[in-house]
Amino acid sequence: MIRVIDIHKSFGKLEVLKGINCRIAPREVVCVIGPSGSGKSTLLRCINQLEAVNSGQIFIDEQEITSRHTDINKIRQQVGMVFQLFNLFPHRTTLENITLAPMKIKGIPKDEAEDIANELLRKVGLTDKSSVYPNQLSGGQKQRVAIARALAMQPKVMLFDEPTSALDPEMVGEVLEVMKDLAYEGMTMAVVTHEMGFAREVGHRVLFMDEGIIMEEGTPAQIFDNPHNVRTQSFLSKVL
Amino acid sequence: MSPVPLIFGSNIIDSFLAINGLQVVIKNLPYLLEGAVLTLQITTLSVLFGMILGLFGGLFKLAKNPILYAISTAYIDFFRGTPLYVQILLLYFGILPLLLDATPFVAAVIVCSLNCGAYTAEIVRAGIQAVEKGQMEAARSLGMTNRQAMSYVILPQAYKIVIPPLINEFIAVLKDTSLVAVISAEELTLRGKLLYSAYFEAAWIWGAVALVYFIMTKTLSLLGDYVERRMATE
Repeated sequence: MIRVIDIHKSFGKLEVLKGINCRIAPREVVCVIGPSGSGKSTLLRCINQLEAVNSGQIFIDEQEITSRHTDINKIRQQVGMVFQLFNLFPHRTTLENITLAPMKIKGIPKDEAEDIANELLRKVGLTDKSSVYPNQLSGGQKQRVAIARALAMQPKVMLFDEPTSALDPEMVGEVLEVMKDLAYEGMTMAVVTHEMGFAREVGHRVLFMDEGIIMEEGTPAQIFDNPHNVRTQSFLSKVL
Repeated sequence: MSPVPLIFGSNIIDSFLAINGLQVVIKNLPYLLEGAVLTLQITTLSVLFGMILGLFGGLFKLAKNPILYAISTAYIDFFRGTPLYVQILLLYFGILPLLLDATPFVAAVIVCSLNCGAYTAEIVRAGIQAVEKGQMEAARSLGMTNRQAMSYVILPQAYKIVIPPLINEFIAVLKDTSLVAVISAEELTLRGKLLYSAYFEAAWIWGAVALVYFIMTKTLSLLGDYVERRMATE
């Protein structure tokens, strides 16, 4: 579903990604872990071209998104993204946050878009919040709305960029619960996270990144119980 | 001659003049208010066109297209970097005659619009940049084009940010229209000047002119406060 071939990315003189290769299969849940500054988020942002790569190729469904000739807006409609800081539209209600993109981009009629949105709100457990504005929601609720907003475009892949890092501890669970349901439904997911419990339980595969490269990858059992790389061992000893 | 009668005498003259000055102002109030109406017309039209110019000027200033960027930068730099007084003279006497047969009123609106547009462009640019970066990213990540993201996500948020500085700009435009007196557009200031040269009641006439300007600007700023308060509760 996603193929990343030898991508490099620099911000000025700082090389953040130093040749990343990875694949994500359909229905696979891949968790990316690693210390901050290791390039995890940058990798995710490159996958939907919020950051342009300096070299290398990224394919989504055999379409090269790093090519100039690709209509990136079309691709992004199929790739949902959830951000650390939610980035809900503050001037729109919960429902409008979810219906905006389907209506404006796909031209779906309002009542149809609202049906989809209400169904998604039910899924993330926020049926009663459809008419409130984002500033009246808790962090966990905001993030669940953000997930519903991304799902409204019916993406083939969902990218999660540290979705629980900005949340109060007691709200982490409700967001992970929604993500877990999504994974069990067979959504293809790439999740940058510090939630090792989630990675172990839900992830099919775990990538450990450090200093701009993938140091080690394997099943959660391999990575968490029997890491081979010294860096992986030292990172896990600090976070587990 | 002792100084006492003189002071006494000048007081009499003063008070005599005061009554006379007040009468002049009262009698000529309709004349002054007609000028104020013209001031308001020039201001309203200039603000209207200035907002359109400013919206595009601000968007172009943020555009990746180098030509659009260069055009808006040159435009903004010129109109913010030279005095409005000079711009009025240059356009009315130097440039507009080559293009069209502009009356002082039309010329005043053109120059004030261009000037207002330059300042508004900077306000718009700052307003757009003040919207969190994540908003654009969220919109684009959903598959919106840059234009869709701007019109549905960024601009609706930017407009709340730009209201207070825009009201300031409108007040500045209203006051700055006094400069078009130089090309004989008969707005409030020129009417005041004409009145003054007929009666020489400087304090009364200019005082009245200042008061009329003040009433107009104060009304505008109260309107601005009202709009701000309404938006805060929204």
